[in-house]
Amino acid sequence: MSLLEVRDLKTHFRTDDGIVKAVDGVSFSVEKGQTLGIVGESGCGKSVTCLTIMGLNPKATTTSSGEVLFNGNEILHAPASKLREIRGNEIAMIFQDPMTSLNPVYTIGKQLEEAILLHRDVSKKEARARSLELLKAVGIPRAERRVDDYPHQFSGGMRQRVMIAMALVNDPDLLIADEPTTALDVTTQAQILDLMTRLQQDFGSAIMMITHDLGVIAEIADDVVVMYAAEIVEQGSAETIFKRPHHPYTWGLLGSLPRLDADVERLVQIKGQPPSLLNPPRGCRFHPRCPYVFTRCKQEEPELLPVSNDGDHLQRCFLDEETKDREAQKLLAGMMAEAG
Amino acid sequence: MIRYIIRRLLWAVVLFIAVTVVTYIIFFIIPADPARAVAGRNPTPAMIQNARHYLGIDKPVYIQYLRFLKRLVVEQNLGRSFMNRESVNSEVGKAAPVTASLVFGGAVAWMLIALPIGILSALRPRSLLDRASMTFVLIGISAHPIWIGLIFIYFFSYKWGLTPISGYCDFINPSPGADCGGPVQWAYHMILPWMTFAILFAALYVRMIRANVIEAMNEDYVRTARAKGAHESRVIRVHVLRNALLPVVTMLGMDIGLALGGAIFTETVYGLPGLGRTAVQSLNALDLPTVEGIVVFSTLAIITFNLVVDLLYAWIDPRIRLA
Repeated sequence: MSLLEVRDLKTHFRTDDGIVKAVDGVSFSVEKGQTLGIVGESGCGKSVTCLTIMGLNPKATTTSSGEVLFNGNEILHAPASKLREIRGNEIAMIFQDPMTSLNPVYTIGKQLEEAILLHRDVSKKEARARSLELLKAVGIPRAERRVDDYPHQFSGGMRQRVMIAMALVNDPDLLIADEPTTALDVTTQAQILDLMTRLQQDFGSAIMMITHDLGVIAEIADDVVVMYAAEIVEQGSAETIFKRPHHPYTWGLLGSLPRLDADVERLVQIKGQPPSLLNPPRGCRFHPRCPYVFTRCKQEEPELLPVSNDGDHLQRCFLDEETKDREAQKLLAGMMAEAG
Repeated sequence: MIRYIIRRLLWAVVLFIAVTVVTYIIFFIIPADPARAVAGRNPTPAMIQNARHYLGIDKPVYIQYLRFLKRLVVEQNLGRSFMNRESVNSEVGKAAPVTASLVFGGAVAWMLIALPIGILSALRPRSLLDRASMTFVLIGISAHPIWIGLIFIYFFSYKWGLTPISGYCDFINPSPGADCGGPVQWAYHMILPWMTFAILFAALYVRMIRANVIEAMNEDYVRTARAKGAHESRVIRVHVLRNALLPVVTMLGMDIGLALGGAIFTETVYGLPGLGRTAVQSLNALDLPTVEGIVVFSTLAIITFNLVVDLLYAWIDPRIRLA
């Protein structure tokens, strides 16, 4: 049994302009202790997928359908009290912007203790000791003194460490990380990723890593889901996605990776903007931006189907496999050549 | 901290001098002569001259001002009224408690109205309560206190006989000649003035509290609190309100300080002998010392309250360090 299993998840928001289908039939699973990377451009539904799993979307305007099984239990339509038990305890979440994710008027010690006391029947003293332990584990220097400091007294990277400490304080089975390194500078990014992989080994938590950065995925993910316009367009193990990518959108993402080791004058970019989810394009949702588009793409929506000789590798594109393999190899060869 | 307070107090002195100087200058720009009022009917030039000397306004403005300043600093004495030769200290001393009663009681009233309405309408935007409270805000901001006062008097006092029409009762010992006194009579006479005075501020505060709470609800740290598994009521109590109400403390302090200078309209419509009404009467009578006395008092009130607010704020908001 998978730790987390998401089946045909749909999340729709009612807005003044109409219904925004932010997540439109997404299925994937996260295994115990493994890392799933969800990658895609801004506004493709990655964050909403996590918030839906956590039950954190605004209730008044959101409708969700499908199934979310956590340890075999349905949690998508679970009562609020049940969800509160799970949140911060069995599933914890860290967010994109550490500068605004901590409450400015409480010390970080207080905020960590709150996370413990909400779920554990322990004394304040024990909660504080546990907080300290976690702050040390995430590498806050002089944690004994800093525990009584306020968030504004920390740098962005340190605040993200505090957020990670707060998420891990109850030893969760699943850690959802919504672009945890996006708001940080490059060196800090690398430190935070290292920290997360190290802690994953120590704590044994599974990680769901949301990012728009394939570099991050390459670093830590076991499995990868590529999302575009509220749907999954490609899905497979990290090795498959990097060695044998089969969707033109994934090629676009790979081609737009910045490389320090290659002498490229400009980054390749995917032309155009992601479509509006109020009114996504007919046919394949990627067709207006796809360099390989042909007539069928504009008329029919492709299904998410397994690649012929690899049942775990799913993709959503009408191109024949021969072309896809050839184009993928060309792209990868090009990247290798650039890398010298 | 100490250095901060000293710096603030030095600024207060500068502000104080500026305000009192301006009041003096304005008085000497007005083309009227208080001496004529004092000198009696059909005065001769000599009588007017005498009156001027008697009131101390025969000297140049700056001499008058320096004499005022010296008296104030050395003897803490605001001088005597041009009108009735009463000590201004005792005039202000009589009027200030009336205004203070009105302002502090009114502040309690407007916070009791604004806090629940503001918070509840923020938690349920576009609900019936929210729409009703926004209508109240519009009316509260648009309606003039004198109009509100007259409407209240008509219904509550005249038609239904629930409250007195006007007048003031001392809180503790009634002054000799007054026909009422004591906390009950005091509150009984103050109910309508409190309500009238509170409506405008309640409306402003409902709007401000609602906006602050809505803004705080969308903060990332509120989402963090929910993600930690906190109950919604705890999220609002501990994480939303603590942040949303910080700026309200500032506004409250500043508004109270400002209002202590006299709530002219409310005092006028209910015949309350407070600072506002006294100021209007003294201005009409060109009674410079009394006006100056009230200016001094309200300037001190504003300065004090602003300082208190700043110190309080540094204490409740960890991001602010006074230096």
